Amino acid sequence: MIYDFPIIFSSVMNGLMLGGIYALVALGLTLIYGVLHIINFAHGSLLMIAMFAVWLLLETLGIDPYVALPLMVAGMFGLGYVLYKGVVGPMSHGEDANILLVTLGVAVILDNLALYLFTGDTRIIERPYSFEMVEIGPALITLPKLISFLGSLAVCLVLWLLIDRTDLGKAIRAVAKERQGARLVGIDVENIFALTYAIGVACLGAAACLLLPTFYVSPQVGNVFVIIAFTIVVLGGMGSFLGALVGGLIIGVTEALGGLFLGEALGQIGISLIFILILLFRPTGLFGGAK
Amino acid sequence: MIGWTTPRGWAHIGAGFAFALLIPAFVTQNFLLHIAILVLFSAYLGQAWNIAGGYAGQRSFGHAVFVGTGAYVTAILQTRFGWNPWLTLPPAIIGGAAVGWLIGFLSFRAGLRGSYFALITLAFSEVARILANSLEITRGGLGILVPLSPGFANFQFANKGNFFIVVLAMFAVAFGIAWWLEKSRFGARLVAVRENEDAAAALGVDTFKAKLHALMLSGGMAALGGSFYVQYYLYVEPPIAYGVERSVEMLLVSMIGGSGTVLGPLVGSIALHLISDTTRHFLEAPGVALILYGIVLILIVGFLPDGLISLFRRRPTVVPDTDSGAPARRGAHA
Repeated sequence: MIYDFPIIFSSVMNGLMLGGIYALVALGLTLIYGVLHIINFAHGSLLMIAMFAVWLLLETLGIDPYVALPLMVAGMFGLGYVLYKGVVGPMSHGEDANILLVTLGVAVILDNLALYLFTGDTRIIERPYSFEMVEIGPALITLPKLISFLGSLAVCLVLWLLIDRTDLGKAIRAVAKERQGARLVGIDVENIFALTYAIGVACLGAAACLLLPTFYVSPQVGNVFVIIAFTIVVLGGMGSFLGALVGGLIIGVTEALGGLFLGEALGQIGISLIFILILLFRPTGLFGGAK
Repeated sequence: MIGWTTPRGWAHIGAGFAFALLIPAFVTQNFLLHIAILVLFSAYLGQAWNIAGGYAGQRSFGHAVFVGTGAYVTAILQTRFGWNPWLTLPPAIIGGAAVGWLIGFLSFRAGLRGSYFALITLAFSEVARILANSLEITRGGLGILVPLSPGFANFQFANKGNFFIVVLAMFAVAFGIAWWLEKSRFGARLVAVRENEDAAAALGVDTFKAKLHALMLSGGMAALGGSFYVQYYLYVEPPIAYGVERSVEMLLVSMIGGSGTVLGPLVGSIALHLISDTTRHFLEAPGVALILYGIVLILIVGFLPDGLISLFRRRPTVVPDTDSGAPARRGAHA
C-alpha cells in the first residue's frame, strides 16, 4: 500500500484546514445569493483585491495580516456597499441575467486593474510563524493553516449571530423571505440589499487576512476561488449557511485527496465535476430544502 | 432591423464584402492585416456565441470549450496522425457540435436556465482545460506546436492576406447563418425560447430541441474558429484553448455590439479592437484595454441593453413598452 494511513490522514487534515477558508469565502457568496437572489461573479476578484490589500499593508506599513483583520473587514464592507449602491444595483435594473453580466464586468475590471498595478507576478509573504508546526494525531499542520481554520469558524459564528440575533439580521432575513412584505412593514429594501452585499464582501476581507499567510496572491487568484466558491454554494444549497460550511469542508478534503491520488494537475478536476453533477442532479444541494 | 431583404440591403452587404476583399490588395503592412484578421476572427467567434447566447438567449460563460476542442482536434490530427489541416476542419466542426450536444443535452435536460446555465458551461470549460493540461494526447501544459511548412495545401500562408481571405470567408458564412436565423422558422423558435420559454413551449415549440440545436450549431462554428487559430499561430496550449478569457471575449463582443443581431458581433469586435489598439498606443501596460472592456460592458448593460448597434438603428415607431426591461424592447424588432 503506497498510501498508508498517516499520509491520507494528514492530507485530509490539510484539506479540512483549507476547507475552512473556502467555507468563509462561500459564506459571503451564499449570503448574497440567499438575500438578493443574485450570483456575484465578482466574488473571486474581490477576494483577490482584498488579498493584495493585505499584502500591501504588510509590505508598506508592516501590519501583520492577523492584526489587519478588523481593518480589512471594515474596508471591504465599505467597498462592497459602495460597489452595490454605485454600480451593481443601478446598472442591472434588478434583472438576474444583467447582474451576472455586471458583476462579470466588475471582475474583469478588478482583475486587470490588479494586473496593471501589481503585474502578473505571484507573491507570497513570510512571517516568523509561517513554518511553525502543530501536531494533530499523526499529521503535522502549519500554524497559519490551523489559525485560518479556527479563524474561519469564528467568523462564521459571528456572521450567524449577526443574522440570527440582531435587528439588522432580522431585516435581512425578512427581505430574503418576502421582499414585498418587508417593504410594506417599512424596511428599506434597497439599503438592505446594499448592506447584505457589503457583509458578503466583508467576509472576503477576513478570508484574505486568514488566507494570505498560507497562500499566494496574483491577479488571477480570484479565478481559482470563483469556481470553488460556486461549487460550495451549489453543493451546500444556495443560501444555506450550514450548507456553505459543510460544503467548504467537503470541497477542501476533495481537493486534497484529488491532489494526492490524481496528481496536482488532474486533481483539480474533482471540484468542477462535483459542481456539474450537483447542478445536473440535485440543484437544491445538500441542505437547500424546498423553498 | 435594417431592411435586409430590399435590393438596397443586398447591395450594401455585397459592397461591404467586396470592399473587405480588396483590403489585402491595398494593405500590405503586416501589422495592419494582423489587426484586420483579429477583428474578423473575434467577430466570427462572437457570432458563434451569438447563435446560442443572442438568438436563443442561452448565455454561456464557457464557449472556450468549443474553440479549444476545435483547436485540439486540428492540432492532434495533424501532428499525431499526419492529416492534412484542411481535412481536419470537418472533424473539428463535428467535435465542437458533439461537445455542444453533450453540454446541451445534460444541462437542458436538467432544466438549467439563466445564471445556472452560464455557470455550468464555465465548469465544463474548466474540466476541459484541466483534462488538456494533464492528458498525454494533448501534451499537457507543453501544448502542441504545429511544424512550419507554408503552402496553400497545408493551410499555412506566408502572406497574411491569404489568412485574411480565409477568415473573411468564415465570417461571411457565420453572417449568412445569422441572417438565415432572422428569417427562418428555426430562428423564430430560438427567439421565442429567448423571450419566454414557457410561452414558447405552450405554443408547441420543442424548446429542448431548439436550444440543443442552437448550442450544437454554435459549438460547431466556434470549433472552426479554434482550427483557424491553430493554423494562424501554429500553437495551442490549455489556457489558450480553454481559458476563461476566450469565453469572456466571445460574450463581450456579442453583448457590446448587440446580441441577437446579425451585425452586433462585428460592431462589438470593431469597438473592442478600437479600444484595445488605441489604448495600447497611449499606454503600454497590460490590462488597461480589458479594464476599459469591463467598464464598457457595465455601461452597455446599464444604459444600452441592445448593444452599440441600437445606436444606428432607426427607432421603432411603436414604443409603448408594457412593463420593465429589455425583453419587451427586444421583441419590437424580432
